[in-house]
Amino acid sequence: MQIGLEHYLTVSFLLFALGLLGVVMRRNLLVIYMSLELMLNAANLALVAFSRFNNKLDGQVLVFFIITVAAAEVSVGLALIVALYRRRQSAHVEDLTSMKL
Amino acid sequence: MDLQTILFYVFAALTLGCGTLVIANPLSRNPVTSAMFLVLTIISMAGLFVLLHAFFLAAVQILVYAGAVIVLFLFVIMLLDLKAEALRRIKIYGVLAGAVSVGAILAIFLKSLGATLFNTDSQPTIEGGTAELGKLLFQSYVLPFEVVSVLLLVAMVGVILLSKKNLD
Repeated sequence: MQIGLEHYLTVSFLLFALGLLGVVMRRNLLVIYMSLELMLNAANLALVAFSRFNNKLDGQVLVFFIITVAAAEVSVGLALIVALYRRRQSAHVEDLTSMKL
Repeated sequence: MDLQTILFYVFAALTLGCGTLVIANPLSRNPVTSAMFLVLTIISMAGLFVLLHAFFLAAVQILVYAGAVIVLFLFVIMLLDLKAEALRRIKIYGVLAGAVSVGAILAIFLKSLGATLFNTDSQPTIEGGTAELGKLLFQSYVLPFEVVSVLLLVAMVGVILLSKKNLD
């Protein structure tokens, strides 16, 4: 059987669901961040698959930009987590409830 | 089954299996383990990119994600002492609510996938090599490319400012 677009999209959807589950389920800020990376990667996989099966390279250029933006996002996010940890001595979302009403 | 099909299933299984171990590892709650499995996920995803003939992106994926992003993660994990974190319990209601909502979203995705008619006549012919991608990047997408460089500069300034000892 030929591997088509639907196979890659299924993998991409499952990976996105895994990432979302990680964001909802885990309570450690760093693991939540890693799950966000999983979700971004799932989107990348879908874009590359669409680009391949539509015979257009534009999707791959978009993935290139997504990787760049993800790198910037990770650096800023991790700096925020470090700054937060310095102030609160915790990287656990249940300890960060000062904005709760 | 030809080699490509076998390789697709191997890489897909590796990606999903290691992805599962990133978010829920039964043996270890340590963030370092999660980071290591994230490296494996990303490398097997680079394998999927190669199967899709996106060679340049596969290389970039390994260089940027496995090489830079994960190292940054490991740096921060080592910097923060998270020993006490690993001992906390996961709340069962949170897991249940999360699983139900994520399952619903996944069901919508897969249902829409099943309802789509795919065009199977045309054979994919493009190659995502450095030359082809570079031409496109520096001709049609040169403005976004420059904007991204500004974004990286902004991120750099932001990170330096955020990691100063006294923020105020």
